[in-house]
Amino acid sequence: MSEGLKIIVPIKQVPETTEVEFDEETGTLKREGVAAIINPFDEFAIEEGLRLKEKHGGEVNVLTMGPPWAADALRDAIAMGADKGWLVTDRAFAGADTWATSLTLAKSIEKMDGYDLIICGLKTTDGDTGQTGPEMAEHLNIPHVCYVNEIIDVKDGKVVLKRNLDDGVETLEAPLPLLITVGKDINQPRLATLRGRIKAKKAEIKEITNSDLQLDPKEIGLEGSFTRVVKIFEPEQHEAGEVVEGTVEELVDAIYQKLQECKVI
Amino acid sequence: MSEAPVQVMDGCIGCGLCVDSCPFDAIEMVDEVAVITEACRACGECVDACPSGVIVMKEAAEAVLTDYKGVMVYAEHRNGRVHPVSYELLGKAQELAAQLMEPVYAVIVGSGVGAGAEELVSRGADKVFVYDDPALKDFRDDPYSDLLTQCCNEEKPSIFLVGATSIGRSMGPRVAAQLKTGLTADCTSLSIDDETGFLWQTRPAYGGNIMATIYTPMSRPQMATVRYKMFPEAKKVDNPKGVIINKTVNMNMVKDRVKVLGFEEAKEQVSITDADIIVSGGLGMGESTGFELMQKLATALGGAVGASRPTVDEGWIDYRHQVGLSGRTVRPQVYLACGISGAVQHQAGMKTSDVIIAVNKDPEAPIFRISNLGVVGDLYEVVPRLIEKIKEQ
Ligand SMILES: Cc1cc2nc3c(=O)[nH]c(=O)nc-3n(C[C@H](O)[C@H](O)[C@H](O)COP(=O)(O)OP(=O)(O)OC[C@H]3O[C@@H](n4cnc5c(N)ncnc54)[C@H](O)[C@@H]3O)c2cc1C
Ligand SMILES: Nc1ncnc2c1ncn2[C@@H]1O[C@H](COP(=O)(O)O)[C@@H](O)[C@H]1O
Repeated sequence: MSEGLKIIVPIKQVPETTEVEFDEETGTLKREGVAAIINPFDEFAIEEGLRLKEKHGGEVNVLTMGPPWAADALRDAIAMGADKGWLVTDRAFAGADTWATSLTLAKSIEKMDGYDLIICGLKTTDGDTGQTGPEMAEHLNIPHVCYVNEIIDVKDGKVVLKRNLDDGVETLEAPLPLLITVGKDINQPRLATLRGRIKAKKAEIKEITNSDLQLDPKEIGLEGSFTRVVKIFEPEQHEAGEVVEGTVEELVDAIYQKLQECKVI
Repeated sequence: MSEAPVQVMDGCIGCGLCVDSCPFDAIEMVDEVAVITEACRACGECVDACPSGVIVMKEAAEAVLTDYKGVMVYAEHRNGRVHPVSYELLGKAQELAAQLMEPVYAVIVGSGVGAGAEELVSRGADKVFVYDDPALKDFRDDPYSDLLTQCCNEEKPSIFLVGATSIGRSMGPRVAAQLKTGLTADCTSLSIDDETGFLWQTRPAYGGNIMATIYTPMSRPQMATVRYKMFPEAKKVDNPKGVIINKTVNMNMVKDRVKVLGFEEAKEQVSITDADIIVSGGLGMGESTGFELMQKLATALGGAVGASRPTVDEGWIDYRHQVGLSGRTVRPQVYLACGISGAVQHQAGMKTSDVIIAVNKDPEAPIFRISNLGVVGDLYEVVPRLIEKIKEQ
């Protein structure tokens, strides 16, 4: 692999807090006016891309689909060390579910400069599905591996890696091109340097709109989404019970009694 | 329901955009819901205008949707057994299918899955589709998702449920993408809408701050991954009448690009997602040794140890124990939080526990607002004495 690895990291800008507002009419999120950050899991994806580049050479491109100001997330990634930023933005893409998002991203990736490895975050803190990655892989007709916690080696067009399953850790060998999703146990993301920030400020962000992709309006945005939100509501609060104070013995008794009530002792 | 060729499904938000869009004045708002009148010429303007996508052309909707019948469950088979979440899904599928008056299917993929298939029949599945081949011994996303896609294309279930296990959440999206249908992640409740017969899929969003009900109006099957431990398991039925249908597996016809080289089983004895009792420690323990105390209490109760995020960040305990928005979601019978303040991100992972007990020095700690029992005290005084008392009895 003399030219090194071409890596794409799809990232998403998410609201900083988990207290966000919804547009009651469309059942989609109101992103305006909420401080935005890179989806925390995506920082691990960027970091892993940078480490692979350091080891094997190549480049790391970051890609996001979102409103024009999602370019900030791309600049933050460039400040960490990513090479180029791609912004997929068009009103027609708005309100997309994971099917439409992953299709739009996959078609955008086909317009970029080629790739060996796509690294996604495990999931986003807003959409919170973890589906975009695997669906994108299907649209691109490449294999995927979720929950990667270690990349052992990349050699001869193959990757050996480890991933977390519910019951243990699996070692796999997968061919390139490949899509993986990574969680927070894969690395410790670096902070942006001052030099990086200066570079990021000046970096050119490439824009992709639907006039580049020419996707059927029925396949993108809210219209292209197979799932629809019917309603949004507050979860039932766990009812608050009593709060007791007293001597240690009284406190222990209270817990002991509760455990007995629950029939666990 | 009206006789008009255009249909307004549930979920109309009463915005009135369709009324404005209609060239024939054929839409009225009644009780803030759009109603199509007989003046409708089925031009489809309103279908395009509707921001919620709940207006559909009847023929279009019915032609495709009615071809699909049956509630299908993916029975995850791993290490020689069917994952218990599959039996929970089967139980739920029976309930949904009864309402729809449709059959219940299970589909199982793997090697040597016969006993699992029989168990599914004994628990009331009407048909169990079996893909059994030595080459399918280890789970791989490629062949498993190809076979499930094939099964859905042949059997055309109206609903397809997959457990939200690590395997289900990795493979489910691939199947949905191949089938060109929606997939709702990590559902905590499922029901059938009385009027439309559509599957209502409810899931937590935004770290559990909000619940969203989602449906899949235009494509089939309606797919969801569903959390473990949400529903009771399907019970054995008296006179099982279900049949096992062996499907041919042709490994040359499925993709198989990723090779499994090895597997190392997790060391921990009880994983927190399976535990009925969880004893969790937070920063209030002050130091890493606090987890030794938590482990003692957990052992005394036969439970597992959980943790808040900063304790994991401090390196006091492994990430697998983290409960919360960026950790795991748990739903034990009893969640005992010690020295945890109860930040909303922590709550996101534990507030659906049946009973929450909290020990905290601070009477104002937010955790008390969601606890069935709040105990104001020092965990280093309360917990050791509690362990003693449990052991005494
Ligand atoms: C995007 C994002 C994701 C996050 N994800 C998670 C997540 O998944 N899980 C998670 O837990 N957090 C998560 N957090 C962090 C969360 O906001 C809180 O910071 C964290 O939960 C606090 O942990 P804690 O309760 O252990 O510590 P603290 O908030 O410091 O609380 C310690 C508590 O211990 C009490 N205490 C002190 N000494 C004693 C004693 N001797 N006996 C009894 N009580 C004592 C104190 O009164 C205090 O209430 C996330 C935050 C963000 C921004
Ligand atoms: N709008 C988006 N633009 C770019 N990447 C995205 C977008 N949405 C999701 N992703 C990627 O897909 C992963 C999973 O997202 P989700 O399916 O929303 O949980 C994220 O961590 C990102 O890597």
